[in-house]
Amino acid sequence: MATQVFKVPDTFRKDFKYTFCPGCDHGVAIRLVAEVLEELGLQENAIIAAAIGCSVTIYDFLNIDALEAPHGRAIAEATGIKRARPDKFVFTYQGDGDFASIGLAESIHAALRGEKISAICINNTTYGMTGGQLGPTTMLGQVTTTSPTGRNVEYYGYPIKIAEHIALCDGTAFSARVSLDSVANIKKAKQAIKKAFEVQLKGLGFGFVEILSGCPTNWRMTPEQSHEHVRNEMSAIFKPGIYKDITAEIK
Amino acid sequence: MSHIVINGDRCKACYLCIKECPKKLIRVSEKTNSLGNHVVEFCDENNECLGCAMCATRCPDLAITEVYRG
Repeated sequence: MATQVFKVPDTFRKDFKYTFCPGCDHGVAIRLVAEVLEELGLQENAIIAAAIGCSVTIYDFLNIDALEAPHGRAIAEATGIKRARPDKFVFTYQGDGDFASIGLAESIHAALRGEKISAICINNTTYGMTGGQLGPTTMLGQVTTTSPTGRNVEYYGYPIKIAEHIALCDGTAFSARVSLDSVANIKKAKQAIKKAFEVQLKGLGFGFVEILSGCPTNWRMTPEQSHEHVRNEMSAIFKPGIYKDITAEIK
Repeated sequence: MSHIVINGDRCKACYLCIKECPKKLIRVSEKTNSLGNHVVEFCDENNECLGCAMCATRCPDLAITEVYRG
């Protein structure tokens, strides 16, 4: 008798179809979120604060209460929801442009205040939905539609390393950077998301996961090349790892 | 018998699963779906599938909906 080892999480809406480009890692990230919510039994109790960008479509696929926030303000909105309803599980699902550019003030201050919410940030080094412009995480030398000769330091400055910055905030309970370039790393990413959700459940503080993800369309690559790019070039600059975990310190 | 179930309607033809399968049991089929993509198909004549679920873990569009092992 064969045992089932994989199924589509029940948290997904019936007959959903992702609207992402072929090979986009958003699909994997949303599935991991759904799987973790299911493992922790949070489907009925969770509220998503959705951001702007490709990430916003998460509420089209998951059968979970969601609120749409203005650009960059998902964390501010999540703060409000959590303070009004401390019994609910509140998390945001954002892109790097939303979390680290327009919403950087909200994000950093939520971490400094130690808001008991969780945030997931997809880092693909570009503004995906609007056509691949230069974003806060765009790597030096990377060609985008608004940096046709590549990002240079004199004109555009340096990319932001979000997970490290969030880890420096005293209110942060968990901050990690993971990657989706291989099956092994996808499994590690799931563990990190679970940890970020658990610190909220334990009331320890702000939980954050930055996920390195491929954007084949805007990088002008095949899905496979995009994963190689994440593995070889992105991971060298944005090093995956756990940057802060106060649950380990408590033990 | 280990096997996978594919929902062809969700397949966007990124073919990441083909590279991921350690036994190379997934291939591009002649069939097209509503998106006009040549969907992948599972072909396991000698019962080689391990049920490792690496294809399903990799698939970004959840087109591989179920994996059975054993």
